[in-house]
Amino acid sequence: MGYYSQDRAPVLEALQKLKTMRLVPFDVPGHKRGRGNPELTEFLGEKCMSVDVNSMKLLDNLCHPVSVIKEAEALAAEAFGAAQAFFMVGGTTSAVQTMVLTVCKRGDKIILPRNVHRSVINAMILCGAVPVYVNPQMDHNLGISLGMRLSEVEKAIRENPDAKAVFVNNPTYYGICSNLRSITELAHRHGLLMLVDEAHGTHFYFSDKLPDAAMHIGADMAAVSMHKSGGSLTQSSLLLVGPQIHAGYVRQIINLTQTTSGSYLLMVSLDISRRNLAIRGKALFDSVINLVEYARGEINAIGDYYAYSKELVNGDSIYDFDITKLSVFTRPIGLAGIEVYDILRDEYDIQTEFGDIANLLAYVSVGDRPKDIERLVSSLSEIRRNYRKDRSGMLAAEYINPQVICGPQEAFYADKESLPINDTVGRVCSEFVMCYPPGIPILAPGELITGEILTYIAYAKKKGCSMTGPEDMNIERLNVMKGDL
Amino acid sequence: MELWFTEKHTPYVDFSIKVDRQLYSGKSEFQRIDIFDSKEFGRFLTLDGYMMLTEKDEFIYHEMIVHVPMCVHSSAKRILVIGGGDGGTVRELLRYPTIEHIDLVEIDELVVEICKKYLPHTAGCLGDPRIHSYYEDGLKFIRHCENEYDLIIVDSTDPFGPGEGLFTKEFYGNCYKALREDGVMVNQHESPFYKEDAYAMQRAHKRIVESFPISRVYQAHIPTYPSGHWLFGFASKKYHPIRDANWVKWNALGLKTRYYNTQLHAGSFALPNYVEEMLRDVE
Repeated sequence: MGYYSQDRAPVLEALQKLKTMRLVPFDVPGHKRGRGNPELTEFLGEKCMSVDVNSMKLLDNLCHPVSVIKEAEALAAEAFGAAQAFFMVGGTTSAVQTMVLTVCKRGDKIILPRNVHRSVINAMILCGAVPVYVNPQMDHNLGISLGMRLSEVEKAIRENPDAKAVFVNNPTYYGICSNLRSITELAHRHGLLMLVDEAHGTHFYFSDKLPDAAMHIGADMAAVSMHKSGGSLTQSSLLLVGPQIHAGYVRQIINLTQTTSGSYLLMVSLDISRRNLAIRGKALFDSVINLVEYARGEINAIGDYYAYSKELVNGDSIYDFDITKLSVFTRPIGLAGIEVYDILRDEYDIQTEFGDIANLLAYVSVGDRPKDIERLVSSLSEIRRNYRKDRSGMLAAEYINPQVICGPQEAFYADKESLPINDTVGRVCSEFVMCYPPGIPILAPGELITGEILTYIAYAKKKGCSMTGPEDMNIERLNVMKGDL
Repeated sequence: MELWFTEKHTPYVDFSIKVDRQLYSGKSEFQRIDIFDSKEFGRFLTLDGYMMLTEKDEFIYHEMIVHVPMCVHSSAKRILVIGGGDGGTVRELLRYPTIEHIDLVEIDELVVEICKKYLPHTAGCLGDPRIHSYYEDGLKFIRHCENEYDLIIVDSTDPFGPGEGLFTKEFYGNCYKALREDGVMVNQHESPFYKEDAYAMQRAHKRIVESFPISRVYQAHIPTYPSGHWLFGFASKKYHPIRDANWVKWNALGLKTRYYNTQLHAGSFALPNYVEEMLRDVE
């Protein structure tokens, strides 16, 4: 296998070749290039259906790549500065889970902030790892979790010398970055591996105007959502690993849970997007930065709203800020972020990424046009004019320090009972409760339920946050571990 | 030689004009711009292949979008025109000596430049000192205005392409904010006839009704626009388009018009039943 340059796209080229070969398909998928499902073909297009194909010699096999997928993964690794890259077709969730499952066995400890995505804790349910939570600092005005302080990570390592890894989500949904470089050095100095959830940081790899990317500063594994800022299809993602990680073992872990029928639509989208980022990434993200900086200035000029940025940086818990994120603090107009989110969608035909009880996040990418930014800014201006109200009575979000009674796996599989949510104070939760998005648990399995937590859940529900997690879809009951503490 | 300009009024209906010659074709940051000469309609301007104006029938559109609101709000002094880079709307406005100040906000400077060169009949007036031209997104411009204008005329293209933002609730809301307490907004309101245009028309009406206490629709016959049946929106904070019209005062001005007259003004608000019904559906 020769060296390929970044302007190549091996999976794309193989699919193009396949089209010219006019093979007669006596293999799956059964729609046979779309002919067997004309309604779906009408909807998705013949071009799309004709490359929804299965692994074959020409196209390699995601479970055991030896040719075009291997080459495409090598190009991705090079583009991102990793020792190895893996194409993931189960979302960044699967990449995050692979990281945890690779470094932890039952009972192993992993140091992480509590504001991680549910996929991390899910992985702990699967493998029996135990979390050691570091309090992510909180901005009490904005009501958002920040990054981990270096000193807090150090304290956690000192108290848990047997921990296997440090895990950090960088940047957060809101754009907050931890001191990734120093935390990584600290972890390595103590013999721990460094895992980074970069679901919201694909673009860090392609711009010198943005915070450090995990692979560039020597982290061991990183999960990168190519389908967010990278432009690939939803559910496609990359897992990047450094030289200290045994790539063959990672592949085995991936294959424990990943499909054996990896979608070529997803894989080719990764391949084409990687090529695009490698060749044009810098210019693309420059234009995104310009759009967002413009929007931020205009939103702040409206009054009351606060679209925050680098001025928050404090050298520790906000070590850096991702300026491509357009996070807007809405509480000064008397509306929760989720309320602004709902008004934007229902009244102004604008769908934003999510709103929490005090912030709105508009996801801006290379696909946005200046005129769309104008619409967003003008709508926010109008919402302030038409809906602004007294801000008293609004709940300021506080970091609720979780009281972990037992590991997620133990709690999830324990004997449990279902109780009306208001009767659960003092019991140990055995399931998740979260707003989605962002998918950061308010309660995770193994945590003590307190009155403060129930107040928060009730408020978020009242404001219209979409709550997920529990077995009871209406979140009126919760599963708790049987027996008193 | 057979050279024809064709616009698809629907996927199944073509509208064609025999072209004598093409005078200009170019592409700006926003759209493709073409100028043609024809025997039947004279010179005409198209943007992205959509008919904007012809020498033969532009008077209908421009008279109706200007004289209707000016007859109602006869003391209007500060006017904002959004779009209208061809100059036709401004030309009609300049006929009122009482108007002191016109801001013209056109997103595409090249349209203005090309119209000045090829369509002096409408764009020839654009050098008038009462006109202040801005080349920027109308939605952005108006966001910064409050209580400034007596009349806003939205002389936009269709609700797709560069004019998209001018058919939104946030735009109409910002217009409301930019108007004085007795201000009036008039807008190009699409057509009720073909399905796609009718849908855009209903949406625009819904959004305007939500933003203004008074909102009425009036019509004109414009041969080169899809179906020929075209609507305008009249939205206002205070004045009713007929009850508050000052017929006597307008007629005393002695303006010579080819389409508009005060009787037609009153009549243009009487709409066909199917149009009334479509409007009621979204009110």
